[in-house]
Amino acid sequence: MIQRSILQVTLLSCAVLAAAGCGKPAPKSLVTGDAAQRVYVAPGEHDEFYSFLSGGFSGNMTVYGLPSGRLLKTIPVFSQFPENGYGYTEETKAMLETSYGFLPWDDTHHPQLSKTNGMPDGRWLFVNGNNTPRIARIDLTTFETDEILEIPNAAGGHASPFVTANSEYVVSAIRFSVPVPNTDVPIEEYKAHFKGSLSFVTANQPGKMDIAFQILMPGYNYDLGRAGKAASEGWFFFTTYNSEQAYTKLELNASKNDKDYIAAVNWKAAEACVAAGKAKVMPADYRHNHVIAATRTAVSERKTSVKVLEPTACPGAVYFLPTPKSPHGVDIDPTGEYIVGGGKLASVIPVHSFTKMIAAIKAKAFDGELDGIPVIKYDAVIAGEVQKPGLGPLHTEFDAKGNAYTSMFISSEIVKWKLGTWEVLDRMPVYYSIGHLMIPGGDGTAPYGKYVMALNKITKDRYLPTGGELTQSAQLIDISGDKMQMLLDFPTQGEPHYAQALPASLIKDKQVKFFSLKDNAHPYVARSEQDAGVTRQGKQVHVRMIAIRSHFAPDVIQGVEVGDTVYWHVTNVEQDWDILHGFAVLGMRTAELIMQPGETRTITWTPKSPGVYPFYCTDFCSALHQEMQGYVRVSAPGSGVQLTAGLSERSATQQARAAKLPKPVGGHDHAAVSTGVK
Amino acid sequence: MSFRARLLLAVAALLCLGALVLPLWEVRLGAPQYPEGLGLRIYAHTVTGIKEHDLDNINGLNHYIGMQAITPEAIPELVYMPWIIGALVLAGLGIAARGSRRGVLAWLAVVALLGVVGLWDFWRWEYDYGHNLDMDNAIIIVPGMTYQPPLIGTKQLLNFTATAWPGLGAVALGLSFLLTAGVWFVTRPRPEVA
Repeated sequence: MIQRSILQVTLLSCAVLAAAGCGKPAPKSLVTGDAAQRVYVAPGEHDEFYSFLSGGFSGNMTVYGLPSGRLLKTIPVFSQFPENGYGYTEETKAMLETSYGFLPWDDTHHPQLSKTNGMPDGRWLFVNGNNTPRIARIDLTTFETDEILEIPNAAGGHASPFVTANSEYVVSAIRFSVPVPNTDVPIEEYKAHFKGSLSFVTANQPGKMDIAFQILMPGYNYDLGRAGKAASEGWFFFTTYNSEQAYTKLELNASKNDKDYIAAVNWKAAEACVAAGKAKVMPADYRHNHVIAATRTAVSERKTSVKVLEPTACPGAVYFLPTPKSPHGVDIDPTGEYIVGGGKLASVIPVHSFTKMIAAIKAKAFDGELDGIPVIKYDAVIAGEVQKPGLGPLHTEFDAKGNAYTSMFISSEIVKWKLGTWEVLDRMPVYYSIGHLMIPGGDGTAPYGKYVMALNKITKDRYLPTGGELTQSAQLIDISGDKMQMLLDFPTQGEPHYAQALPASLIKDKQVKFFSLKDNAHPYVARSEQDAGVTRQGKQVHVRMIAIRSHFAPDVIQGVEVGDTVYWHVTNVEQDWDILHGFAVLGMRTAELIMQPGETRTITWTPKSPGVYPFYCTDFCSALHQEMQGYVRVSAPGSGVQLTAGLSERSATQQARAAKLPKPVGGHDHAAVSTGVK
Repeated sequence: MSFRARLLLAVAALLCLGALVLPLWEVRLGAPQYPEGLGLRIYAHTVTGIKEHDLDNINGLNHYIGMQAITPEAIPELVYMPWIIGALVLAGLGIAARGSRRGVLAWLAVVALLGVVGLWDFWRWEYDYGHNLDMDNAIIIVPGMTYQPPLIGTKQLLNFTATAWPGLGAVALGLSFLLTAGVWFVTRPRPEVA
């Protein structure tokens, strides 16, 4: 009875509050009746789109299905990932090598799908490391990072890795100008020494990413970029802020000028100048890391020079378009005609016209030069301004119907407006403080449309609270009608800055289900129990081990001594989809291994004290997974325990497969050294 | 026997060539965790997986129940079956050339006999795989359970549903038999109509 009264009182107070208009406006009102149905993907059914969200400070990429918002995968890129050993294994460590040494972390910002004719082609996904400028390539048949190129003469590789319409280049322009080359100078001498660099990286051949050339720009902050397409193909556009060239108190000192610039780069002209020898070759030190397919092992190569082009050595290659104010995003509409600036402190959304820009260049409608780069007159290039769009415009994407959608960080909304008339058509509040937004194909020549995803920085009360550090979020909004409709809201990992999406049909049937054991050319592969064994090379003990449902071979190892480094080379000899095995040893100070079928992975272990250490399979593989274990005995140095590997006979069924597989090089030597323990 | 009848006999004999290149039998296995299925194709000369690694994967799974490995090299029938089929083709062509109804009848009898013997032999192999288990190395032991796959039709074997069905090679043999029988029937001597 008492409880009931309390309930009644509570309901009553709610009604009073609602009547008085108290409380925040209920976001529920944004959701129309059938929203749940439109994002519901029934058990066993597939999403229509793959979306790829950067993980920001997690250094990873995440893959979500749309419209369900279900997390499908985390792809490690610039950060060590103990979950599968990425960055810990002998095969993957080289991916994280840089000129600064081994870096276990970076900050991923902008995923970019490779493109053909201005649209995603489903081959690769590129993403930048912002802190220590790098560009990574992820193969979309394996969802693995298989190449990383470091960018020299760079810091804060933020305007990256935006891709040209046919993936000729991905770019890296830098948010922090630095002395080039980077030497010890007084920071007060910023204007004299600091430069910005725009790097053009050849992207079309896996394993061969390379810096074609860098353009050395005035020491501003280069924030974001987009390739021209269709009408403007052959050009690249970068936003700049801090044209004040401040080096301290930037929030104030870099916000003084009414206009900063969009740098328009005619990359075909720059390419021609480089081909004509107008770039100088500069000593540099950077790394190119990539995976050799046959061994699935990454190598890191050192590069020692880079071609650098001064804009003054290549007239006609670079122009500045004045743009209000401290522009962040620059986005090109599907026709390639409109260049939309996201002046984060501007009260309008300025839109430049590519046609007008070309005419202005021809007519030399310039307002002087900056470091030899012509500045085009604002009136000669501006096509229109979206008036009163909201506060803090950042990024714009497009549908296929001539509409643009701009994210508003400060007023926390998406604003839909019309290209050409510049009128605001609709607004959708988002929760809270949106950064990028993403329409599938919305940066391409023929957007798929259907949805816009808001990538929000702040969630506060949107989900069940989890202490002080809260998730960020993505919101899915239907854009198929005249009015935007909120559909779904889901938490994300790390800080997704930007995202890309493509129709699942483009890649889902191209997935590699397992690696061919026959073609595995890893130097320590074991394709069957007969190939397995242990060998000692001084203080190194190499264990060639196989994993198959449900055992390791060898599973009893003796004769390891304190002071040894044990190399566990574990081959998953399964040739079946989704049959993974894991490996971990008691007290291992690195990470576990996850071996995909047909793959060899190596982790090192340096036991510190004598004893017996169990190891086991960490990825639940089969009904006898709990039995998939073994022991390694560690003895005191000089104890004289013979190195042996227990390779007890396995059932004939499991041996049958071995006969058809090639013997590994040196495999017999290993077998000869090892001693069977029956 | 008319030229047309002999031509049809020759076609029937050549149809048997299908049994040399096409699978004689297929066994498909499905389980909750194998939505894509596993399967075997039994040819006159070998046994293969339907997908590249199916045979190895089936052998891998079978080790849990102590079943022998299915290795084509260990099945002698796979060596002489192609020769038998080849002989049937040659004999059929010879009979077609001579147009002998007695020859046709003999050929039909031999094919029928081989068919019955072949199916019995296949069943015998299946019985052996399903019953002759290595219990010392079997990991999953279900008392009284045996694992003989069906000769034709569907059967539940633990978590797997096994379905066996004739392959296109067996269909070719069957068509050849029916065509030959048809020729034999149509060319039967008829009383003269006065």
